[in-house]
Amino acid sequence: MDTLIHIFSGIVTLLWRVVTDQPDQKAELLQALPQAISPLVNVILSISPILMIFPGLFALTTWLERKGLGRIQNRLGPNRTGPFGLFQPVADGLKMLTKEDIIPRNADQVIHFLAPITLVIPTFLGFAVLPMGRHLVPLNMDAGLLFFFAMGASTELSIFMAGWGSRNKYSLVGAMRAISQMISYEIPLIISSVTVVMLTGSLSLVNIVAHQSGWLGGIIPRWNVLTPWGFAGFVLFLIASLAEANRSPFDIPEAESELIAGHLTEYSGFKYALFFLAEYLGLFAMAGLSTTLFLGGWNAPFEFLDFVPSYIWFFSKLVGLVLLFIWIRGTVPRLRVDQLLNFAWKFMLPMALINLVVAAIWHYTSVWVFPASLILRWLFCAALILIPYFALGKFISNAGHFAPRTYRYAE
Amino acid sequence: MLGEGILKGMTQTARNFLGSYHDPKRMTTVEFPEDKIPAMENARNFPFLVFDGTDPVQGLRCVACQICEKECPPKCIFIEKDTTKKPDYIGKLQFQPKTFDIDVSVCMSCQICVEVCPFDAIKMDTRFELSTDDRFGQLLLKKRDLAKPNEYYHQVHPTEATEVDERLAAEKAKADAKAKAAAAAPKPAAAPAKTPAEKV
Repeated sequence: MDTLIHIFSGIVTLLWRVVTDQPDQKAELLQALPQAISPLVNVILSISPILMIFPGLFALTTWLERKGLGRIQNRLGPNRTGPFGLFQPVADGLKMLTKEDIIPRNADQVIHFLAPITLVIPTFLGFAVLPMGRHLVPLNMDAGLLFFFAMGASTELSIFMAGWGSRNKYSLVGAMRAISQMISYEIPLIISSVTVVMLTGSLSLVNIVAHQSGWLGGIIPRWNVLTPWGFAGFVLFLIASLAEANRSPFDIPEAESELIAGHLTEYSGFKYALFFLAEYLGLFAMAGLSTTLFLGGWNAPFEFLDFVPSYIWFFSKLVGLVLLFIWIRGTVPRLRVDQLLNFAWKFMLPMALINLVVAAIWHYTSVWVFPASLILRWLFCAALILIPYFALGKFISNAGHFAPRTYRYAE
Repeated sequence: MLGEGILKGMTQTARNFLGSYHDPKRMTTVEFPEDKIPAMENARNFPFLVFDGTDPVQGLRCVACQICEKECPPKCIFIEKDTTKKPDYIGKLQFQPKTFDIDVSVCMSCQICVEVCPFDAIKMDTRFELSTDDRFGQLLLKKRDLAKPNEYYHQVHPTEATEVDERLAAEKAKADAKAKAAAAAPKPAAAPAKTPAEKV
């Protein structure tokens, strides 16, 4: 009885310390437990917040997305279930759960069953290395970034499993599109994040965030996005992560107007919900990683705002990026496959490589110590990025030799 | 410049987003069960049979010619002719339908029955709130369910109904004048018997 009270009070203290942004006393708490169960409790304590917060955020985001897209199209969005339609995700979830789970007779039963599971697990694993607050790091890996990308890359296999196992032409075409798209965009995604690794000198995401803490004169944060290479890298990373997460305008694997639902065509009920969950979790993971790499992670934007708990900053940046993704989805139409691949190989990849060089120049010019050296460095590196940007833009827009369409009869 | 169009588009959608909160004119949504807009005149949902006067059986314009039954693409109309005749709007004796059924679950609201009807007897309704808690009942609408007065037709399609009424009145006036002339004129001589030569 005594030990139970001890453990209970320990957990309450743990929660209080996490909420107030203090280092927790998990190690002491685990010591009080019997040897046999302490590793299990350790893992559960680390995993359960991820398993609770991100699916909760997923539910909130589906509501936000439907409301936001509605408003963008001058509609109301869901407003019947609960106040402002806030219980819409609950209604959707109940609908998904109570639906019949249909497996096509000719489908590869094992692969069809495994695909949603092997998709969700790596997506959750990706969150393990994200530092969500000053002391909120589930796992501080030395090669955290590498681990994250490895987990992200393994989702491609699951999508192909779904497409192949369904034995449906739409599923297969969708899955093949997904593979070509994800492999193409993985390269600029990784190269644009390599710049951060170069400048930080570490693959650990905790070190990357620590490297961005502090303010110039208490006002300007030392975030990577406020450097020329960081800004270019951030934009490239955002575009590539949209493609990785199969979000509009790169949602051609699903392309409801062409492919029914791509690799999701033959999925129904809860398996479909799992795919949906994995898609949004992938989106959060990408938003969280770009926050960590370029937007200073859990760091406050101004010194006088440093008293706000660090996890609030992390999650507000993450939700801000998700809102940006929703805004983009409400604006940009879907690309064609050839446009998508041309954009990846003819624009994203060269820009990412140029950005790599610019990051190196930024690093080596940090020894300059004359007046206004920072401004000069800034302008020099910005020019090195902007000139190829305009040149490539000109090249891309002239590449197809498309003349304006002429109408013979309908003028 | 590359990306300029995307930025322009994003400002447009942002303007839509913000505008939808302070400018009610932008919003086209009508929240249906609470707010309703009057049905548009050329809306159509499901056919009904027009009758003149007060008696839905006696006044029915339908003469059971079965053209609509034959033309209906999904074959949702079923007509049986009655053996007794009744006078139509001109006063001429016409057949009448013994049964006239339309299957709601089959009808596809194409309005072809209305287009082909030479008697202006079948017209499209605009009523669309047809849902009930009975899944299988009331799917086959009978003659009595389908019959609706001409006043109702005026109510849902005013322009069209006035035009139909004018045409029918003109036809009746013409027929009346003809009948009057026929009554006034002396009986025409019987047609001469055909000669055998003409038969060949």
